[in-house]
Amino acid sequence: MHLLEIPPTGAPLTLQALWFILIAVLWIGYLVLEGFDYGVGMLIPFLGRNEKEKRVIVNTIGPVWDGNEVWLLTAGGATFAAFPAWYATLFSGLYLPLFLVLVGLIIRGVAFEYRSKHPEAKWRNAFDWMASIGSFLVTLVFGVGFANFILGLPVATVGDSHLFALTPSPYFWQLFSWFGLLGGVTLVALFLFHGSLYLALKTKGEVHDRAVAFAGKVGLVAIGLGAIFLVAQNLLHPTGLLGWVLLVLSAAGLASAWWFNGKGRDGIAFVSTTATILFVAVGIFLTMWPGLGFAGVDGAPSPLTAMNGSSSELTLTLMTVAAGIFVPIVLAYTAWTYTVFRRRIGVQNIPDDAASPALAG
Amino acid sequence: MSAETLARWQFGITTVYHYFFVPITIALSMLVAILQTIWVRTGNEKFLRLTKFFGKLFLINFAMGVVTGIVQEFQFGMNWSEYSRFVGDIFGAPLALEALLAFFLESVFLGLWIFGWDKLPKKVHLMTIWLAAIGTMISSIFILAANSWMQNPVGAHFNAANDRAEMTSLLDVLTNPVALVTLPHVLAAAYLTAGGLVLGVAGWHLAKLGKPDTEQQEKDASAYRWATKFGAWVLLGAGAFTLITGDIQGKIMTEVQPMKMAAAEALWETEQPASFSLFTIGTLDGSQEVFSIKVPYVLSFLATGDVNGKVYGINDLVKKMETEGFTNSNLELQKQAADRLAKVGVTDWVPNLPVTYWSFRLMMGLGFLAMAIAAWVLWVTRKGGLPKPGAAWTALMFAAPLAPLFGNSFGWIFTEMGRQPFIVFGVLPTMSAASPGVSAFEVGLTMVLYTVIYGALAVVEVGLLMHYIKLGLPDVVEPHVLTDEDAPLTFAY
Repeated sequence: MHLLEIPPTGAPLTLQALWFILIAVLWIGYLVLEGFDYGVGMLIPFLGRNEKEKRVIVNTIGPVWDGNEVWLLTAGGATFAAFPAWYATLFSGLYLPLFLVLVGLIIRGVAFEYRSKHPEAKWRNAFDWMASIGSFLVTLVFGVGFANFILGLPVATVGDSHLFALTPSPYFWQLFSWFGLLGGVTLVALFLFHGSLYLALKTKGEVHDRAVAFAGKVGLVAIGLGAIFLVAQNLLHPTGLLGWVLLVLSAAGLASAWWFNGKGRDGIAFVSTTATILFVAVGIFLTMWPGLGFAGVDGAPSPLTAMNGSSSELTLTLMTVAAGIFVPIVLAYTAWTYTVFRRRIGVQNIPDDAASPALAG
Repeated sequence: MSAETLARWQFGITTVYHYFFVPITIALSMLVAILQTIWVRTGNEKFLRLTKFFGKLFLINFAMGVVTGIVQEFQFGMNWSEYSRFVGDIFGAPLALEALLAFFLESVFLGLWIFGWDKLPKKVHLMTIWLAAIGTMISSIFILAANSWMQNPVGAHFNAANDRAEMTSLLDVLTNPVALVTLPHVLAAAYLTAGGLVLGVAGWHLAKLGKPDTEQQEKDASAYRWATKFGAWVLLGAGAFTLITGDIQGKIMTEVQPMKMAAAEALWETEQPASFSLFTIGTLDGSQEVFSIKVPYVLSFLATGDVNGKVYGINDLVKKMETEGFTNSNLELQKQAADRLAKVGVTDWVPNLPVTYWSFRLMMGLGFLAMAIAAWVLWVTRKGGLPKPGAAWTALMFAAPLAPLFGNSFGWIFTEMGRQPFIVFGVLPTMSAASPGVSAFEVGLTMVLYTVIYGALAVVEVGLLMHYIKLGLPDVVEPHVLTDEDAPLTFAY
């Protein structure tokens, strides 16, 4: 096979590394924030025993889920802008998985907004299941996806062009190796744990107690799966001592979350799973430098790297200035939102539908 | 069908569908902000009711805009990977900036607005809807800069070693003459649509209510009357602005994309002065004219600003392309990539003429129709006049938002189809820009599934809109900041 070697783009390595880190930061923001609203979304039909309880669950994430999702859009946009070849290869290569992500995002997005707009039980049940299935689907696909980034998706250039594509193409069933599937279920368990801890932190009364009890159970599953996944990761794609340190920190976060959940310390428990997600993500992104989650054919190092896949120096510089100004601003008003909606809610806070159907927004 | 043809259809279907929600999101958010501002300043309950009523319609629409918008950002990479690779250095930046500067602002502050009625002081709460509305506008700035660059690729050069376009000046990209005139045109068209929605909804209720009997009906009628006129004035003002900016746009288009102007008229031979046809029946491929109604001088004026101006026809433009291509272009990127373009090859330089010809006329015609309706409504409701309820009035009230909404669609169909055979004008042919690794089966399958999901969502969305429109103005209680932790929230999902 004739393989074209793609030259580096000429942008300085520091900028390329900086943007790789920034994209990792955006992903971490997404996984931490939307991680809990995926968990909460999945749990709506299971932890809410009646309509008011379900509404309590939905309303814990109501004001924030949409902002959380923008972290994903920004990560996608930043990948496009900073590493066009990464974006082009990844998005076209994982065509069907990303379609599933889009379907999941569509059905859960309308579900939150539309479930409240009609009082009928059938209508609301349908949207609750859409929220749940959508959240599950997106989590599962990203779990499988990240596991495959660790393994490295095999790529080669197409014909005489500078474009990379996954080989063989379409590359779909190959994603579901045992490690890929393990990644999927591990992320589902982790987000269920993270989400139920968020729910415990944001609710009071019976919903709170049920969330705590559920977190106690799913926490054990997350610890078990997480341990297997992280050990396998470090054996399959070693990143040296740092990889093992991150493994220990991730595991400590999970254990601490489970312990403090049992002690009724909702806040520390939630911070602990947040830390775990951070450490796990850092560990995964470490394996993705500089090959961006790709590999050559037959296990060779990735021919597509941060060095030959990046944008030009000018674009990276301009984007750095914009990110430097606006990321702190976004963080500030996002933090403000969470303080505005800091109060726990319970069934007593949920207004009756019938009394004021038109009061809403 | 090839994967590339299916990818074009998929882009067309998902983008036209997405754009049903965009103009209303952009403009109705601002109109709701204005209504709420009037309420905060006057304390008049009427405006709180109008804020809540149109706010609800806005949110039902916004949800669809959000979920269909995500598809757009992913689609470039999924279906058009060679395009994404080739232009990412320039095109990616506005998309990333849109997410960072606009999407966060919109979604975070909209969350605060929806759920913050009893959490934030009145004026802070008012600020949240303004920031969300400004967010939608910032979004349009970046996305139109990106699209305008595809029409007129300024501020870029060709890097042969990496075989791609690279940015030379972000300022040039953002101040692209095409972007500078497209932005006001698109924003004005959005207000034209949202004005039509406010007019249509309120005007329908006004006629249905008739002469008020009770005090409550009196209040309702007064609010609907105000909103009907407000919507009509917004529509007319925006319509005039759409017209002026569209006119300037036509002249810039004649300069940078002469083929698109020729395609708008299906003008085969160069004419001086050139006439504009209102209506033409031709052969199916648009190459032969069978019957036509023509207005002399108009095309010359639209294209050049001079009634005797020369407008180049398709035959001359094709001849020029076949001999010199873009080797003499004054855009650096087009000139530098001219050899590459010759290698890739262009088989047909002419856009799909029946589509460009009719979409151009439908865009304008539907806009004019909406303006005529608004003028008529203002005439009927002058000095306390009441419209007569009935099928004719209802039809007008439906047409007021729908005509400009579809006008928006046709405008986009015209400008995107008129750019063909290029995805980046004069640089990258569309047929060479698709994802080589993606099969026709994958594109076809997802296209069918998108269509099914979008169709089902359309039924739900329109049903909800009609339901809340019919419910009419809500009863409201003055919102206040809650301090009791166990009190029911003013608003919850």
